[in-house]
Amino acid sequence: MAHRIEVAFKPEHTDTLGRSIMARTLSDLGIHVLEVRTVEVYTLAENLAPQELELLGSELFSDPVIQRYSVDVPLAHDLAWDWLIEVGYKPGVTDSIGQTAECAIKELLHKDVSTFSSRQYLIQGKLNAAQAHQIAADLLANDLIERYSIYERAPWDGVIPLVIPAVHLDHTPSVEVIPLDGSDEELMKISRERLLALNLEEMHAIREHYRAHRGERERLRLPPHPTDAELESLAQNWSEHCKHKIFKGRIEYCDPAMGRTEIIDSVFKTFIQGATREIAKEKDWLVSVFEDNAGVIRLDEEYNLVFKVETHNSPSALDPYGGALTGIVGVNRDPMGTGMGCRLLFNTDIFCFADPQYSKPLPKGLKHPKRVLEGVRRGVEHGGNKTGIPTVNGTIRFDERFLGKPLVYCGTGGIMPARLNSQPSHQKIIEAGDLIVMVGGRIGADGIHGATFSSEALTEKSPTSAVQIGNPFVQKVMADMLLEARDLGLYKAIHDNGAGGISCSVGELAGRVGGVELHLEKAPLKYSGLDPWEILLSESQERMTVAVSPDRIDEFLELAKRRDVEASVLGRFTKTGRFHVFCEGQTVAHLDIHFLLDGHPQKKVKAIWKQPRFEEPTFPQPKDLGETLHKMLGRLNVCSKEYVIRQYDHEVQGSAVIKPLVGARDDGPGDAAVLWPVEMMRKGSTRGLVVANGINPNYGDIDTYHMAALALDEAIRNAVAVGADPERIAVLDNFCWSSSDDEFRLAQLVRACKALYEYAVAFSTPFISGKDSMYNDFAGELNGNRVKISVPPTILISALGIIDDIGKAITMDVKEAGNLIYLLGETREELGGSEYFSLMGEALHGERFIGDGVPQVDAPKAKKLYLALHEAMTEGLIRSCHDCSEGGLAVAASEMAFAGGLGMELDLRQVAGATQFHRDDFLLYSESPSRLLVEVRPQNQKRFEALMKDCAVSVLGKTVETGEFCLLGSQGRRIIAENIEELKASWKRPLAW
Amino acid sequence: MKPRALVLTGYGLNTDYELAHGWELAGAQAERVHLSDLILQRVSLKDFQIAAVPGGFAYADDLGAGKVMAERMRAHLMGDLLRFIDDGKLIFAACNGFQVIVKLGLLPGISEYGVQEATLACNDSGRFEDRWVYMKPEANSNCIFTRGIESLYLPVRHGEGKFVPKDEGVLKQMEANGQIALRYVDEYGCPAGYPWNPNGSIESIAGISDPTGRIFGLMPHPEAYLYRYNHPRWTREELPEEGQGLQVFKNAVEYVKREL
Repeated sequence: MAHRIEVAFKPEHTDTLGRSIMARTLSDLGIHVLEVRTVEVYTLAENLAPQELELLGSELFSDPVIQRYSVDVPLAHDLAWDWLIEVGYKPGVTDSIGQTAECAIKELLHKDVSTFSSRQYLIQGKLNAAQAHQIAADLLANDLIERYSIYERAPWDGVIPLVIPAVHLDHTPSVEVIPLDGSDEELMKISRERLLALNLEEMHAIREHYRAHRGERERLRLPPHPTDAELESLAQNWSEHCKHKIFKGRIEYCDPAMGRTEIIDSVFKTFIQGATREIAKEKDWLVSVFEDNAGVIRLDEEYNLVFKVETHNSPSALDPYGGALTGIVGVNRDPMGTGMGCRLLFNTDIFCFADPQYSKPLPKGLKHPKRVLEGVRRGVEHGGNKTGIPTVNGTIRFDERFLGKPLVYCGTGGIMPARLNSQPSHQKIIEAGDLIVMVGGRIGADGIHGATFSSEALTEKSPTSAVQIGNPFVQKVMADMLLEARDLGLYKAIHDNGAGGISCSVGELAGRVGGVELHLEKAPLKYSGLDPWEILLSESQERMTVAVSPDRIDEFLELAKRRDVEASVLGRFTKTGRFHVFCEGQTVAHLDIHFLLDGHPQKKVKAIWKQPRFEEPTFPQPKDLGETLHKMLGRLNVCSKEYVIRQYDHEVQGSAVIKPLVGARDDGPGDAAVLWPVEMMRKGSTRGLVVANGINPNYGDIDTYHMAALALDEAIRNAVAVGADPERIAVLDNFCWSSSDDEFRLAQLVRACKALYEYAVAFSTPFISGKDSMYNDFAGELNGNRVKISVPPTILISALGIIDDIGKAITMDVKEAGNLIYLLGETREELGGSEYFSLMGEALHGERFIGDGVPQVDAPKAKKLYLALHEAMTEGLIRSCHDCSEGGLAVAASEMAFAGGLGMELDLRQVAGATQFHRDDFLLYSESPSRLLVEVRPQNQKRFEALMKDCAVSVLGKTVETGEFCLLGSQGRRIIAENIEELKASWKRPLAW
Repeated sequence: MKPRALVLTGYGLNTDYELAHGWELAGAQAERVHLSDLILQRVSLKDFQIAAVPGGFAYADDLGAGKVMAERMRAHLMGDLLRFIDDGKLIFAACNGFQVIVKLGLLPGISEYGVQEATLACNDSGRFEDRWVYMKPEANSNCIFTRGIESLYLPVRHGEGKFVPKDEGVLKQMEANGQIALRYVDEYGCPAGYPWNPNGSIESIAGISDPTGRIFGLMPHPEAYLYRYNHPRWTREELPEEGQGLQVFKNAVEYVKREL
């Protein structure tokens, strides 16, 4: 018999969760309710004695000071409510509370008791059934992963049925052979129905391979055609997600206007890796690039830094909370699985959403952007906070085209000693005979086909098994244990289990040795009934694969046991050249390791460029430029993100020297994070690292070439603004594209890659790792019509820089009245894709103006400027520094002023390039790149100007005590005079939830 | 000889590195020790003079912040802990550690150790928040960790930090015994509401001690302010090189050197 224990707050104590649900019922759904109270429910699938249940209720599940509990009787009997909604997980979905409860019950009762958590919302208010249903479906539960039941008080019979969401697979595991001798249509049908995402050419390649190896397979008594485990493993390893087939493909690029056609053998090798190859000649701090799960650079002689950024877009569209949480804990495993593994130092997250106030009808299957934002925010909060990794930097972009798929970029950095047990720590040295050990969580059906699924467009019928949910606790416990094992020298290599499950992780490791032998019956499962191919492909979270030498295996397993981490020996590395998988002694897969890893035919695609033309908009300059400034500050792409930042722990580990919120009242927008790891503190070194990002898809509408250059410049500029040494900045590229079969889209991709090559070389900022996500499209239905929503091509550049003395780091808030404000860099009339054009277009025309004059980066000038500025910072001449990005000069200057709590008096006529402008609003909001505003004390004016003598630099004015932000326009008249507190209020208002 | 400080790790605790560094800077020899090694008696509490429970998310704070770790410690370590306290040694706990030892009943520890007499409930804001707060030590405080400190400025980073005593009696006794160590105040040192009192704690209580003053727990993080560079406004304010949090650890180390 099963039991239920329910826990609620005593009536005199506030139910904060209930209160916030009540607020959101009104704000998100427009439904008034009088009160919401919550009841936590624990369902125990075991027969327990009454005294045991009382013990669990009183000692474990309830807090005796503020809560009460009941055993097998609904608390709803003596609570006031009109509607009761109970929400629990569907079978097989990660229930971390249930798992923790099981572990605690074992401690208390010395018994294994399967436990499932759920929650009741007891709502008071005059609601109809439709409204109650809306609250359940649109606010409380995500029916992809959760189940809910609704009760109305009046007809309620006093019973809430017990639900035990355990998985029972009524299935005897088996291996199927898949004949590939049918027609092309039949081959593609197999690919489609099994979600293989293999194209016809690839299916042919597989068929040819099997024909060629028929003799060998006969000798080994293997079927002539692939088993499901073989075909599925090939599909995962050959997926766009794993193999980046477009980036590594052969592209024929045509630019008809220029009358030019060129063949590019892999944009990745040619441009991204090509740039690094070029730059590496002059940089001695690159340790491991494009070799591993993440890039590695040197921090100092004793320590290296590791950095990786990924996306988790499709899962976040289906389940914003679980998708984002899994994104974070997933990317954590990349640095953990790089070289010999590292200690994680920081997370950095960048999101792209549609307007959270979106009010038009939504296509079927899509979630409202506010719900997406809130879910993603909460997922990252739990993923980062619960693993003790500070979220130090990030941003949020808004554009209606992110309605179909949000972009959720998650990045993680770590630190590792340069040498471990007298070996370089960035290498993995595996030998045949070493054991394959899977560490961490158990395997279930969750996340099967994640790699192939993310390589396709999202539809309203996308598979729900593709969503897996991470458990940050399980991962933290595993990460702690693996660091201990690393330092004790207990393993020789480590790799994460991400997309494609073991089929990919073990496959990749096996490629380094020359073969592998796996025994799937040794893999710990969440439940029985999984086919061997499912075990191979499962993306159940929190798992790492390590290679352990047979003479250390006992120690390794003993440590794992002591730390409550599951670890199982699944097989061993060999030199057979084969990926050989057994289940219960029978071969289920036997594949040539090179064919598995590299057998896919190179993708051949065509790209045709056509320069888009957007007319320069014509509109009169607004009369009240002060009012316009308020509007610009209130743009979603400009406004304060404090609501999100405060809910992330951005300073755990005590290393955040420059935090994301800075200034006199800790609420100004920091340009980048500066971190001082405890390893540096302990050795008395002042060296630290800088984390920054650059992103702006608006420019890509005009030309992705310039968008890429601008993102790179922005990332570098942000890093330099806080004190990073411009000569020691490494970058990561992260492409989120859409409709990547389209020739124009591919041309946009080629142009972006070309720009990255040219500008990275010019800035000498090597790429050390990167990622791409090529199909961010949604195909669905709205009012009976098919709709497709594709994200705009978007590049995120993330920078990892070094700062020699963290004591020289700079923040963006002005410090003292009477100091000089300089604008560094040239301002040109290039407002194409600017936030100002978006604002004016939306106000005057109903949709954003794009314009034609996209800003262009002059890298040699910018580099010179950044080096000179860095020298000035090193000499202590700079009091504050802020980069000009969205909203240009006017937004940057006002942010500096209100963050520092001081006014400014600036004269636009002093701006370098001002004479080229015929109107003030364009000068205020031009987004010319490579510009920064700095504050310098008058006594340092001479020295500063001497240092900057070869750069475009001008004194615009000074800081003042008054709290007025005043600007003189080109006619010498005051065009803006606004109170800084009011400007700040406008900047804070949009997301002050 | 340097006092030895045990910094607990494992099962989701996560401020152990910087906390160990804090003890090092204060002159102790700090050792990060996994809870499972204490339970399995591979490491013994009695070899240390200071035990520190760091912040984090022990057991993900499922079933309530600190709850499951408290139950594990109750099941395996209660005897060792009582002996440790009886030997006149020191216990320090911040944030999640504070939640753990309050639920374990080491704080406030009025009637007897092991009985829960208070709790840390969800913040009134309903949110996890990271922000810096001002605190003032109580005049009659018995706490040896905050001795001589006039004011403290530290970050809070929690979602469940609202201090709630079991009843009025507990609160009265704590006040009478000098067990209220720190209260949240505004920048001028006066009692104030949100966000100065970041979680809605009863009587603005930020940190408390046991009746001996040798067990100290608080929601804010002293280990997060060891250097001036930890301060959120170090680029704009004149500040001493040493962070204010360090004095908490120094006081404890001094005490051990003097008394044990």
